[in-house]
Amino acid sequence: MMPPEILALPTPAAIHAWDSAALSGGSLERGDLVLWTTREKLPALCRFLKEQRQFTRLVAVTCIDRYPVEPRFEVVYLLHSIPNNERLRVKVAVASQDASLPSVCSVWSGANWYEREVFDMFGVRFEGHPDLRRILMPDYWEGHPLRKDFPVHGHKYSYKDE
Amino acid sequence: MQPTDTALDARLAQEAPAEPGAPRRMILNMGPQHPSTHGVLRVVLELDGEIVTKAQPEIGYLHTGIEKQAEALGWQQVVTLTDRMDYLANLSNNLAYALSVEKLLGIEIPPKAQWMRVMLAELSRINSHVVWLGTHALDLGAMSVFFYCFREREELLRIFEMFSGQRMMTSYIRIGGLALEPPRGWDRAVRNFIRGLPAKVDEYEALLKENPIFLRRTQGVAELPLERLLDLGVTGPMIRAAGLAWDIRKAEPYSGYDKFDFQIPVRHESDVYARFLVRIEEIRQSARIVEQALEGMPEGPWKADAPRYLLPDREKMKTQMEALIYHFKIVTEGMRVPPGEAYVPVESPRGEIGFYVVSDGSSQPWRVFMRTPSFGNLQALPDLFEGRLIADTIAALGSMDFVLGDVDR
Repeated sequence: MMPPEILALPTPAAIHAWDSAALSGGSLERGDLVLWTTREKLPALCRFLKEQRQFTRLVAVTCIDRYPVEPRFEVVYLLHSIPNNERLRVKVAVASQDASLPSVCSVWSGANWYEREVFDMFGVRFEGHPDLRRILMPDYWEGHPLRKDFPVHGHKYSYKDE
Repeated sequence: MQPTDTALDARLAQEAPAEPGAPRRMILNMGPQHPSTHGVLRVVLELDGEIVTKAQPEIGYLHTGIEKQAEALGWQQVVTLTDRMDYLANLSNNLAYALSVEKLLGIEIPPKAQWMRVMLAELSRINSHVVWLGTHALDLGAMSVFFYCFREREELLRIFEMFSGQRMMTSYIRIGGLALEPPRGWDRAVRNFIRGLPAKVDEYEALLKENPIFLRRTQGVAELPLERLLDLGVTGPMIRAAGLAWDIRKAEPYSGYDKFDFQIPVRHESDVYARFLVRIEEIRQSARIVEQALEGMPEGPWKADAPRYLLPDREKMKTQMEALIYHFKIVTEGMRVPPGEAYVPVESPRGEIGFYVVSDGSSQPWRVFMRTPSFGNLQALPDLFEGRLIADTIAALGSMDFVLGDVDR
């Protein structure tokens, strides 16, 4: 749940006033604001943050694999507002069963490659993404390299076969 | 057998004209071994005559799994990987990583180390911009600028070698401070270089600034409005050439940048020429910062006092029991970082670089996400290419100033 000291900060307070169910948690990590939301609320929250709180820049989208804990993935949206000089991280927990999230490409065009990267590296699918395919790994690659159960060495591909 | 890039071939086949009467289009493959892509970028161009109707960048040819490797190394060892991303601005990468981990550790960096870091980061910005200027001019047909710029770069690499023993893969900025004590005579070497630089920059600028060929090839080429650039996640000089005076060194000062006096060069045209002018001016501003760092360099230690995380001095280790214990603990167990996560943005020569580091309390990072400026900036490529002349693609590409090692990681 939301700690009261987080809700006292301007951005969480504004989100709370707009939709009290949009946030599912929040904390300060080494002084940086981190807010948790849910899969259903994510697109609306992103649009609100961009349009009402001037978070015009999507810095990056990335993911953390908490294997073997479930829900396994934390998809992280790093946001930045240049006019307010404010940074914010929005997180969504994603379970390994049906690992998917709505895409935010319609909010920030720059999300395109970052979502492709998360899909490529972690296997989290983004619904509504215009062109969801691998970006760094070859198209024929099997598996998602940054998952914790993907080995650093000794994968089935090796240079000997080539 | 080598698997083929079947999905891409299938897409290419789809893009062929459906019926004979349709307008004729040509699919042109550019790269990954094209000299003007500055690395191994592949762009699939769809042409209607001389106009690019569609550009599709394909990246990943230099993907080495640095983020995966980082999870298998110790915290301090990851510094060596950061060198290999953006190999023209290694020290900016080192700095960004060190700052993020230091935020997790909560350690205070002594002033001398901070000033040294600022100075080295600015020298690497000059290095990166000088290489960019030389190669960009070469792409556009001005060969002599390339030779001059690489002469400057050579001097800079010698300075980096003097500091760290390595020309490119410096790994000189470490978690907690610097890797080594600055070498004897470093200030003279840096001063000699920086004194001569402004006159040389003027000369290089003069070679291009009013050069009619260069003007024709850059002015009004690859324009893109600021809103679109921001929406695509572009950072750095491209944004400043589009009229936004936003620089992380000013907006969110790190490592003591607030104590330095410098300006943010801004242009409003947002074309290749404006990006050139912004970068040239940034070299001058960086030279100013380096001079200020030289003049006001504080005395004191070059490493933080954090015995739990950093190896003690050799002398202490041999004379003090405590230091010996810490030395043993750090060498055998590795540096343990308290659980948590941190992200510190840094203004690299190309834009915002930042390492999103996550620790689970062990001696290896749980996750190191590298937010690299080149990856973000390269997303603007289709916008810069489409609907424009194929002859301008090289100028547009050069003006983005990406490093493929930084894109693919």
